[in-house]
Amino acid sequence: MNYRTPNGMTRRHFAKHLAGLSAFAGSSLALGKSLSANALTLKKNQKSAILLWMGGGPSTIDLWDMKPNSPNGGDFNPIATTGDVQICEHLPLMAQQMDKMSIVRNMSTREADHQRGRYYMHTGYVPNPNVVHPSYGSVIAHELNQNRGALELPPFVSVGGGSEGPGFLGMSWAPFTVDSNGNVRNLEMNLPADRLTQRMQALRLLESGFINENRGRSSMEHAKVLDKTLNLMTSQQMSAFRTESEPEEVRERYGANNFGRSCLMARRLVEAGVPFVEVNLGGWDNHQGIFNTLRDQRLPMLDQGMSALVADLHARELYDDTAIIWMGEFGRTPRINGNAGRDHWARSWSVVVGGAGMQPGIAVGETDPDGLSVVGDAYTAEDLMASICKALDISLETNFTSTSGRPMRIANSGKIISELF
Amino acid sequence: MISLPKLTLLVFIAAFHTVSLAAQESRDWPGSSDRLSQVSEINRQVKEYWDAYEIKPTKPAKDGEWCRRVYLDLIGRIPTVDELQDFLSSDSKDRYSNLVNKLLDDDEYTEEFSRNWTTLWTNLLIGRTGGNANNSMIDRRGMQKYLRDSFARNKPYDRMVYELVTATGNVSPEADEFNGAVNFLIDKVNGDNAAQATAATSRIFLGLQVQCTQCHNHPFNKWEQQKYWEMNAFFRQVRARGGRRAQMNGQTAELLDVDFMGESNDVEEADLYYDQRNGELKVAFPVFVDGTEISKHGAIANTVRRKELADLMMESEYLEKAFVNRVWGHFMGYGFTKPVDDLGPHNKPSHPELLDYLAAEFRQNDFEIRDLIRWIVLSRPYGLSSEMEKGNSEQTRLVDDPQAGSTALFSRFYLRQMKAEELYESLIAATRAQESLGSYEQQEQRKNRWLQQFAQAFGTDEGDETTNFAGTIPQVLMMFNGELIRQATGSANGNFLDRLVNETSMNNKEKINYLFMAGLGREAKPEELKMASQLYASRGNPRETFQDLWWVILNSNEFIFNH
Repeated sequence: MNYRTPNGMTRRHFAKHLAGLSAFAGSSLALGKSLSANALTLKKNQKSAILLWMGGGPSTIDLWDMKPNSPNGGDFNPIATTGDVQICEHLPLMAQQMDKMSIVRNMSTREADHQRGRYYMHTGYVPNPNVVHPSYGSVIAHELNQNRGALELPPFVSVGGGSEGPGFLGMSWAPFTVDSNGNVRNLEMNLPADRLTQRMQALRLLESGFINENRGRSSMEHAKVLDKTLNLMTSQQMSAFRTESEPEEVRERYGANNFGRSCLMARRLVEAGVPFVEVNLGGWDNHQGIFNTLRDQRLPMLDQGMSALVADLHARELYDDTAIIWMGEFGRTPRINGNAGRDHWARSWSVVVGGAGMQPGIAVGETDPDGLSVVGDAYTAEDLMASICKALDISLETNFTSTSGRPMRIANSGKIISELF
Repeated sequence: MISLPKLTLLVFIAAFHTVSLAAQESRDWPGSSDRLSQVSEINRQVKEYWDAYEIKPTKPAKDGEWCRRVYLDLIGRIPTVDELQDFLSSDSKDRYSNLVNKLLDDDEYTEEFSRNWTTLWTNLLIGRTGGNANNSMIDRRGMQKYLRDSFARNKPYDRMVYELVTATGNVSPEADEFNGAVNFLIDKVNGDNAAQATAATSRIFLGLQVQCTQCHNHPFNKWEQQKYWEMNAFFRQVRARGGRRAQMNGQTAELLDVDFMGESNDVEEADLYYDQRNGELKVAFPVFVDGTEISKHGAIANTVRRKELADLMMESEYLEKAFVNRVWGHFMGYGFTKPVDDLGPHNKPSHPELLDYLAAEFRQNDFEIRDLIRWIVLSRPYGLSSEMEKGNSEQTRLVDDPQAGSTALFSRFYLRQMKAEELYESLIAATRAQESLGSYEQQEQRKNRWLQQFAQAFGTDEGDETTNFAGTIPQVLMMFNGELIRQATGSANGNFLDRLVNETSMNNKEKINYLFMAGLGREAKPEELKMASQLYASRGNPRETFQDLWWVILNSNEFIFNH
């Protein structure tokens, strides 16, 4: 397999031949755009979001909403932070950044199965057999991509894991998945540009012939993805995936592990103008031996990568335009089970958000002294999604039309988490 | 060696002539001459729904399309040109059932049929990533060996399920106590009180999604929490032995049953406790989903709970319903329920009478997998074109478009992407690359490595995973530039394209048609012939022209979709 980013020669050589191509209906392939590729700089007020997805369902009672005086409290102690909150002692680097982040401690949801929870938290909708809803990344990419003419990379990138899909928005809004090393396979074409151009013209003939036979919309989606792929193959912006070009000390600050590299790549992608990046860190499904696993494995890695990301975005003046969301499918049971673990728990748990102008350094809402239920108002996945959209200046009046023709309100008509604004 | 195009010019022209004739004559459906009562009953019941919804089915698929989809769905690859010609050159009314019977029953196809169904069931039982991770106890080859033997020997479905649920022994084909069936449960029993074993067994074999109720009574699922833990109680004796440390010593994992003492330490009433949502503990013993209780004894000398469970499953109507629904979904694109593995009371099937009927026939017919396949594949709905027509997509009518959320009425064949495995096997077959790929085992290993690039695990204990294959940029990149495509469209000495270029019995137009047949199961349209001649004008030689043309065909939507 080839792991190589095409060089500038390829791009320029190829661009000369693109004029005669105009590959597919509604193509975004345009000469002017590719010529300005090198000059791409991040515009002010260009919003982006980074989702730190904690696969498995992290134990937020041990991280962000500690109960030291309860039998449910577990092994860890809270420490003070630069914000107006206390967090786990095993997140000392994050404690230095909590003046920039806020904890929503009154999340209450109903989906405590991995698959259903993952779907719900990513889409704001519970699974429905008759419609597949678009996930965070697809929705936000779809909304923010419009004024990003110079972007040649896919608008939704998922690093180190799968994410949820584009649902009824169609495959051209699917996450582009890469591993944390930024390896993209099969980029190299090894073909003279004129020959590829002619192949693409011939391919277009076959594509449209099949599309015109009216066999369903997936045949059209295929043509759109061809277009996006061609764009990608020839883009210099692919260098955004190469974290090894960062200085040694930066890489060390993020952590020499998959999560650290993924966080660093997220920053580089946001700098390149990608509207939505999802970073995956799994291993939170701690039904047994939770405290050892958290202390020795998960928390050090999370602490280093996440704190580096927040600090770095801030130092580069990207923070006010970049929303960060930290969450998993659900939380974990306040009661500690017989295997020194915690099981699935959706009723009262926390997420962490920051950036893009959201109120920093606070805790929104609270849970009771044993962590068993939310005290007062509770928020849901829809509310969180609506709040992120608001922070990104995406109108909450936005309606999508699902494949069945039914209008669907963005973020499932969630209500704003008012404390964050 | 095979001289590639066997056909002479005459045969070729004659074959195409037959295609158009057949297409005109067979306004009826493939299989209409078949006398299987189950086929007629499928046709009758599906038509009742068309009538009730006042829609009309699409025209029948062309013979080439039908042949291509039968090969894909039955043996997991597209037909070669020779295989297509065999089918298209027959004008017998029995050509449809003859082809299906050939693929199901002929020794010539046993290996490919078994490989395809082994692939499908390996992915179902242990996932695309099962056995590929460092900390997995699964031996993927062991799982595949068990399944391959089962499908090749035509093992009745109920027998297979019984073996998978009750298996003990070692995962690895090299071990003395080898029993490949243990690979299904080996990674699912140790963590979290065998939660995964409970969930997977119920979901895969009974179509019951009990895992949602592990923590609480679920609002969208009428199964109660108690049911989950009663099912879970059947798996409390089973143990996997031989984790990472044993593996480093060269030992492979084994599955066995041991005494379950009960959480109250009374083996005669071996109990377990679970948290209710209100925080209180409740006791559970093994009780099957239909309410049948078994002995509470935890000692295996008295009661082996997995065997009791398997016995109860053998009597459950969900056993055949879940399988029939799954097989129907495999061939028709959609099952009678969405998702295909949820038959719970909250999720009504689209065609309940037909599901009941086929399930009863399947049991009656001794769980013969091949016969069930025969009934479905020879039915009228399976043989319809994938095109939407006025009768099922006009604005005044209901549109039969399950992709857009409507109930699947099977009035047309639903377009679907080839699975990664199907694409791989099709490329190999279309370019005859298998001749240089070594032994069966080596081929499977090579395919497995290739497939890994598209599989991703989520970070949960349940080992769920996704694939970024269908319709994504990585897939298109692979089809544009990947090694497999490079080989297929290259013309190294003696390979597929090289032989085509050097073939003297065909002119260029026939060679172009040959490539269209090999990739798409049809000849080139006039505008495609024109396109090919333009390519020829640019390239200036047939070799590069055929390389371009073959690349274009393989990258087209028509190639990658089962249509």
